[in-house]
Amino acid sequence: MSLFEAQDLSVSLGSQEFVRRVSFSIGAGKVFGLVGESGSGKSLTALSVMGLLPSGMQRAGSITLERRRIDTLDERGMCALRGREIGMIFQEPMTALNPLKTIGDQVAETLVIHGAAGGRQARDLARAALARVGLPDDKFPLTRFPHELSGGQRQRVAIAMAIVLEPQLLIADEPTTALDVTTQAQILDLIRGLVRERGMSCMLITHDLAVVAGLADHVAVMQNGQIVEAGPTEPVFRRRHHPYTDQLIRASAFVPPRLLAEPGAPILAAEGVRRSYRLPREGLRRPLFRAVDGVDLTIGKGESVGLVGESGCGKSTLTRALLGLEHLQGGRVVLDGQEVPKPANVGPAMRRKMQVVFQDPFGSFNPRHKVLRLVAEPLYLFRGAMGDHRKLVGDVLRAVGLTADDMEKYIHEFSGGQRQRIAIARALITRPDLILLDEAVSALDVQVRAQILDLLTRLRSDYGLSYLFVSHDLSVVRAITDRVYVMKAGRIVEEGPTWRVFSVPREAYTKELIAATPKIPDDWLREDTA
Amino acid sequence: MKGRAAIWIGGALSLIFVAAAGVSFFWTPFDVTQLAVTERMRPPDAANLLGTDHLGRDILSMLMVGARTSIAVALVAVGVGMAIGIPLGLWASAQNGGLLDDIIMRGNDLIFAFPSLVIAILITAIFGPSALNAIIAIGIFNIPVFARVTRGGALPIWTLDYVLAARVAGKSNRRIAAEHVLPNVANLLIVQGTIQFSLGILAEAALSYVGLGAQPPVPSWGRMLADSQTMVALAPHMAIVPGLAIVAMVLGLNLLGDGLRDALDPRLRRAR
Repeated sequence: MSLFEAQDLSVSLGSQEFVRRVSFSIGAGKVFGLVGESGSGKSLTALSVMGLLPSGMQRAGSITLERRRIDTLDERGMCALRGREIGMIFQEPMTALNPLKTIGDQVAETLVIHGAAGGRQARDLARAALARVGLPDDKFPLTRFPHELSGGQRQRVAIAMAIVLEPQLLIADEPTTALDVTTQAQILDLIRGLVRERGMSCMLITHDLAVVAGLADHVAVMQNGQIVEAGPTEPVFRRRHHPYTDQLIRASAFVPPRLLAEPGAPILAAEGVRRSYRLPREGLRRPLFRAVDGVDLTIGKGESVGLVGESGCGKSTLTRALLGLEHLQGGRVVLDGQEVPKPANVGPAMRRKMQVVFQDPFGSFNPRHKVLRLVAEPLYLFRGAMGDHRKLVGDVLRAVGLTADDMEKYIHEFSGGQRQRIAIARALITRPDLILLDEAVSALDVQVRAQILDLLTRLRSDYGLSYLFVSHDLSVVRAITDRVYVMKAGRIVEEGPTWRVFSVPREAYTKELIAATPKIPDDWLREDTA
Repeated sequence: MKGRAAIWIGGALSLIFVAAAGVSFFWTPFDVTQLAVTERMRPPDAANLLGTDHLGRDILSMLMVGARTSIAVALVAVGVGMAIGIPLGLWASAQNGGLLDDIIMRGNDLIFAFPSLVIAILITAIFGPSALNAIIAIGIFNIPVFARVTRGGALPIWTLDYVLAARVAGKSNRRIAAEHVLPNVANLLIVQGTIQFSLGILAEAALSYVGLGAQPPVPSWGRMLADSQTMVALAPHMAIVPGLAIVAMVLGLNLLGDGLRDALDPRLRRAR
């Protein structure tokens, strides 16, 4: 028997429909996965279930929770329902908690609002809920504030708030997207455990098919506001009746063709690089934080090297140090036989050889300039020595799969994937030998990510480029690199050919990372099972 | 829609005075230096649309020339504040957390700590009352305002990826500030400029009211008010006309500033 049912659920704004006649049901104690790319309407579906649509949006269709219609309830009725019957967790743990209230108060608040408990009793229940999500009272007292916790711990607090009243349905909207792989694995374990123990149902919304493959009993694939395929998870992955499901699954398992280039002499070598910061004063001393602590790293000509590690391990600082944007406290970086000097003294010849592509396709361009000026920015160093800017920009735009006409547009006219192509064009324009890719595909949808990976592979063979691929996403690094460095707390803990590190990891930390990475089981992907 | 209406009303009010000031360069109904004691304190009529003052001068003509004084003083004072404050703010934001940042911002705090009008009176009292000294006195207090607004708006922009990309392209801090940071805080500065402009008009009126602004025979709104003070009962229009002019001009500029902020700030635009 299904606990929750949505029939012909639609969401519209004016005449535009964002969710079109979506129907699904969730059984008691089951996990229902809703997957799709950004803009497919997954989050709106979840918000419409909660009655939390942005103002102006209209909902149609029926929603039933335990044979009771809830779409007809007014705001008061929904308030009584939210938190008590349906709990919700959001993607961003940094903004989901009130920074001015202690975690105990925030969890207890749910109880007090619903009149389920008050005062001491509410605090006891809050303490129990926090202990259940892995924040026991002896280590994490109720008086902690959100800023004293890490991202994963905050997400645990958010989950505690959602489950403290033991709702029947938990809606989790991208609950682990903002988290590191090991933290993600813990949170997914936690959700799995809660579903099993409490017989709670869960609606899991994500763009990550591997997460769904590991957790959901049933899955529905959403495209342009419609569910195109739905069913028990394994058969959906195996059969892929709808072409869109097939595209998505193929894209998330995409591996660009390997280039069998013999790496040449090192283009970049880092020797014992150290970068440390003074932390805020603690008593009389200002402790030293070693962000990068004696790192050796080499990249051969034409080689694609990966650098993996969790957030805060120092990989971004290392990237900036390699680019010559940081003052080093020790060690040196040698680019093509020449030592990279202090940030102020890096000359044009050196800048030309090394370029960078950043993660955020939205933040990496000045919105007030046209593409021509944005892409031509690195040429500024050469004052015309490279030839006509328009022609060069046109050439690189074509090389990344755009047209020369695009140079007259502003950046907001492009989608995330197109922007990332423009970022690559900007890096290519100086004809560099080495491009550093700092989480360059992490913010992209799976299909776009596959296209960009393909593009990068092609450019590498066309232009003889070397890559340093910095990422927390192991599956991407595995797909595109020849050699990989694993970084933890400012140090390199393991280094070797990618296939070897991933198949026979030597260090405990590497093993932990690989085990934590969600994966679609290999035999689900096999063609012959169809 | 609210912001749009504020821009139109505020813009129209401000434009009336700017136009009046502009016209006064070529033509005024009467010569403002010509006294006609027999015609003094005449209420508004067909010959003198807004009446005459205690020396028989035409109030409309004085108002037009006075607008010129007020606008010139306020405009130059805002210009001084922007010309010094914006580079200081950009410089401080580029050195975020550095010694220079501290020196600049603490210097700003120091200026902010003094009551601006009292210090302006002090400056003009020491260096002698004149329009130029009024400009300097008002301008100094505009510097920290612009420095703060610029620094505050610029700080988050320095951390964005496109600034880092410009660094990779080899651009110097100064160039990045001019090309990437300044255009992205320009809307803040336009709004602040409008508001400081209206405050400048008020400050100029206050200084000339106490006799420390533009000196006779150059007419100014503040002194017109001061002159009318003893004669309010006999000729109320002498006080009402310049008073209303100050109110209308300041109101117009504030509306314009508010409207521009709503129109230029993308966050507010989305909220509407």
